[in-house]
Amino acid sequence: MSRFRVAGRGRVQQDRPVCFTFDGQTIEGCAGDTVASALLANGRHLMGRSFKYHRPRGPVTAGTEEPNALIGTRRGEGQFEPNTRATAQEIWNGLDTTSQNKYPSLSFDVGALNDSLYMLFSAGFYYKTFMWPRSFWDKVYEPFIRAAAGLGVSPSEPDPDHYASRYLHTDVLVVGGGPAGLAAAKSAAEAGLRVALVDENSEMGGTLLSEPQAEIDGNAAWDWLAEELATLDALGVRIMTRTTAIGYYHQNMVGLCQKLTDHLETPDPDMPRERLWRVRAQQVILAQGGLEKPLVFHGNDRPGVMLAGSAQTYLNRYGVKVGDRPVIVTSHDSAWHAAFDLADAGADVQAIVDTRANPRADFITGAEKRNIEVLAGHTVTGTRGRLRIKAVRINSVADGKVGAARTLTCDCLLMSGGWTPSLHLFSHTKGTLRWDDESQTFLPDRKAEACQIAGAGRGLWGIETALNDGAAMGAAAAEELGHSVKATARSVQNDRTGSGVTHTELPTDRNPSRTKAFVDFQNDVMAKDLRLAVREGMRSIEHVKRYTTNGMATDQGKMSNMNGLNIAADALGKPQPQVGLTTFRPPYTPTTFGAFVGYHKGDHFDVTRKTPIDGWAEENGAVFEPVSLWRRARYFPQPGEDMDAAVSRECRATRKSLGMFDASTLGKIEVVGPDAVEFMNRMYTNPWTKLAPGRTRYGLLLGDDGFIRDDGVIGRLTEDRFHITTTTGGAARVLNMMEDYLQTEWPDLKVWLTSTTEQWATIALNGPNARNLLSPFVEGLDISDGAFPHMSIAECTVAGYPARLFRVSFTGELGFEVNVPARHGRALWETLFEAGQQFDICPYGTETMHVLRAEKGFIIVGQDTDGTVTPYDAGQGWAVGKKKRDFVGMRALQRPDLTAKNRKQLVGLLTEDSRTKLEEGAQIVLDPNQSKPMRMVGHVTSSYHSDAAGRPIALALVEGGHNRMGETVHIPMPDTVVKATVTGTTFYDPDNERLKL
Amino acid sequence: MLLIHCPYCDETLPEAEFAYAGEAHIVRPDNPADVSDEEWRDFLFIRNNLKGPHYERWRHIHGCGRFFNAVRNTVTDRFLTTYRAGERRPDPESLPEDGQ
Repeated sequence: MSRFRVAGRGRVQQDRPVCFTFDGQTIEGCAGDTVASALLANGRHLMGRSFKYHRPRGPVTAGTEEPNALIGTRRGEGQFEPNTRATAQEIWNGLDTTSQNKYPSLSFDVGALNDSLYMLFSAGFYYKTFMWPRSFWDKVYEPFIRAAAGLGVSPSEPDPDHYASRYLHTDVLVVGGGPAGLAAAKSAAEAGLRVALVDENSEMGGTLLSEPQAEIDGNAAWDWLAEELATLDALGVRIMTRTTAIGYYHQNMVGLCQKLTDHLETPDPDMPRERLWRVRAQQVILAQGGLEKPLVFHGNDRPGVMLAGSAQTYLNRYGVKVGDRPVIVTSHDSAWHAAFDLADAGADVQAIVDTRANPRADFITGAEKRNIEVLAGHTVTGTRGRLRIKAVRINSVADGKVGAARTLTCDCLLMSGGWTPSLHLFSHTKGTLRWDDESQTFLPDRKAEACQIAGAGRGLWGIETALNDGAAMGAAAAEELGHSVKATARSVQNDRTGSGVTHTELPTDRNPSRTKAFVDFQNDVMAKDLRLAVREGMRSIEHVKRYTTNGMATDQGKMSNMNGLNIAADALGKPQPQVGLTTFRPPYTPTTFGAFVGYHKGDHFDVTRKTPIDGWAEENGAVFEPVSLWRRARYFPQPGEDMDAAVSRECRATRKSLGMFDASTLGKIEVVGPDAVEFMNRMYTNPWTKLAPGRTRYGLLLGDDGFIRDDGVIGRLTEDRFHITTTTGGAARVLNMMEDYLQTEWPDLKVWLTSTTEQWATIALNGPNARNLLSPFVEGLDISDGAFPHMSIAECTVAGYPARLFRVSFTGELGFEVNVPARHGRALWETLFEAGQQFDICPYGTETMHVLRAEKGFIIVGQDTDGTVTPYDAGQGWAVGKKKRDFVGMRALQRPDLTAKNRKQLVGLLTEDSRTKLEEGAQIVLDPNQSKPMRMVGHVTSSYHSDAAGRPIALALVEGGHNRMGETVHIPMPDTVVKATVTGTTFYDPDNERLKL
Repeated sequence: MLLIHCPYCDETLPEAEFAYAGEAHIVRPDNPADVSDEEWRDFLFIRNNLKGPHYERWRHIHGCGRFFNAVRNTVTDRFLTTYRAGERRPDPESLPEDGQ
């Protein structure tokens, strides 16, 4: 058995050895151990190095509040997690753990040099140390900061685990499975309510696990616990261990993270690693207990210095003696019990140092009985020992004066500065806190959610008090929900209640500027840093926190907040409530990204919308691109082709003979009703009254601010029915905007709007042979130019499928768009593709579509416009109805800013060397020789190589562009300045001859 | 996640079903041509940005699709009431005390 294991003590199974590795060394513990308790059982306190000064550190706690003992754990391939608390990670055979922040080894670390360079790393060092000389930044400071930054090592492999998430609706959620929580759960369950009881530990019981001496109603604590859990189970209480309430959100939603496999040697591969619960509870009972405060003195961070209550937990719960020769230093009664427990377990307690002059008489007697020296009215002024504490320096204090020093040898130092209620979750709700002068701590005050706080969480100490308060709060919660139940009163023997005093730094005879008294262990913040921050002008606790980083580490100030507040308040000369507490924010303890991500990873990360023709595109080698949530075929490369070659070929084939394009992603909205035309008149800039059924028109949609929001071709099917198309990405936005105006501005209009985007598959046929291909398939409609001219719409049958046929062109070629019910999309596509072989039909993608439209100067909303472009800026004044009384955006077009001269206007650009293709997004200047920063007059919005124009073409927004035709502008690039001539936006077939086939 | 009462569905449902839609009771002038540049500017851009009870619009976008109005305390993020579009703005005095 391990050297420091105490036979017959603790809840671990001492007859079941478990082996794991720490820094490559095999360590034997027992089933039920944490990494920390197993290492301590082997006499090992050194478990890590601190973040900033790389000081050797050991565990200071026995729970999830641990700031020091952070380790990396590896459970298997890709299953590495940094910054796991050794005090919470349960061991199993084969678990691989490593210490952090050390090089080359934990016992010899070169980074510890920082420890002797304190003046470089004092409070606010981020703002001071790396400021000068300026030239050091790139080569010295930044590499240094990058190398030193970060706690632990990020995992570098994909996470093979999976994570689950669930909802839970319950009447009462009890957070914390200690005496208060157990009693609260029982009251609520006895009232007939649905109750969930959660605790972050591997087993329920809280304090009871560390205090087996207590007797509850005559039963030994652990027997009582086992019976009580069985009773709760029988009452139907949902009991969840290893489950942390990470955040308390609005309207009683509590987030839980349940760890399911990290403690298992051979987890079921189908089991999720963690499960995130979103719990909506009618009432929440917070029974989170309290946290013990460290004392602040020189050298309080050495391995072997630990909270007294935690030492008691290691002894009573894990059967581990944290040392053979402990010294206790305390300002609170509770540490005396730890001292006595350790002495009774065979430790040679060297002394109990109490900062108070007159400890309780029964304690003095207890110490005498155990031959423990009592040093009342004393202070600790230092410790010795590099990798483990060896001695502690003690001084008497009388009348505020620190007397002569004396040194006690020891192998551990157990401290207690008293207890603080754990108010993190309560603070998440924005519940207010009240300073309690007597206990020198904050207590919950006004509640903002439907919750009750029970036990130590509201400053009530002792098992009996907690049990009875928990029972009362459970009954109170039931009462709120209209159920009546009598809270069971219980009596507890051997209960350990007590009191204490609060300190800032312990009194010392040392020069304070040479004192290393740590407040925040994890972030290496010392008391003198807090005082320095106040001297340098920080007045608010929030500023002190950020300047010093006190409380900003992964333990969220669980150890440091109250000591930090007391010291800052002292430095400011103000009472604590006037200085205030920093805000606790979720999560309560560090939570994996996996738990938050849940199922939403890989293919499930986001929706991928696919058109009915997507499968054909995939089978035919399309390269895809995401367009809003859709994936669209970008181009169809033939063997050996890159994108430019493929696009060039697709453009040529379409203009020469025939191209086909999957336009199914176009947004479609059906506008129906007796007032449909009035609605259209009010929404779009264009006039619609005179548009005859069977005709279509290009529609331009503005916001009421006058800027272009969307565009698309709109067909009027009958007097009271319009088929709107929108941009692919704009469909939902446009429908939302239309519903907004219809429901809230013009509720009198009799109009119905329906999204039909996914009802229709849309196939665009473009090119001189478009009609030649389509004609034989069309029934019920003459599609000759005379009967079905450009900008027509009709219902007909295409290849046997019911269709809405548009004659429309986004390429400048003779074009048709065939809409058929989505389920027929692929069949029609294949039919047309096969029949199109006689015309060398060419399927093309979005890239070719972009080039063909740019050659014609057709804009793409969101590419050539950016939310600040009016129809006039875009050269589309022709689409604005001049005789209309009103339309969305009409009034704004009269605003002075929108009629100002020199607005940015859409123009064409041709590079003067006829070869250079401009970069989309490149900035444009008028004078390339001006000094920097240059005055930029616009930017390139679209730029392509144009096969039809035989040269690169571009569209750009340029100040006063419409009056700059023929002028030269300059586009500065990193290596050169490109000259370009301002032109109109049409680069091909300016007279639209090709539409007239 | 907030729970929001849709006054059309008459059900209290998770926030994920709803979309915020800006301040409420901003009336679009019936004949925009009649209003001054300043009035139109105010209609477009000027908002109260209140600390406290805020009259605002929401849409039950993944439900019935209706726009409705709400009073929400911007300090506590609590809904004090919701009501149908077109209904009168409730008197702040008549609203439940926040936090209850």
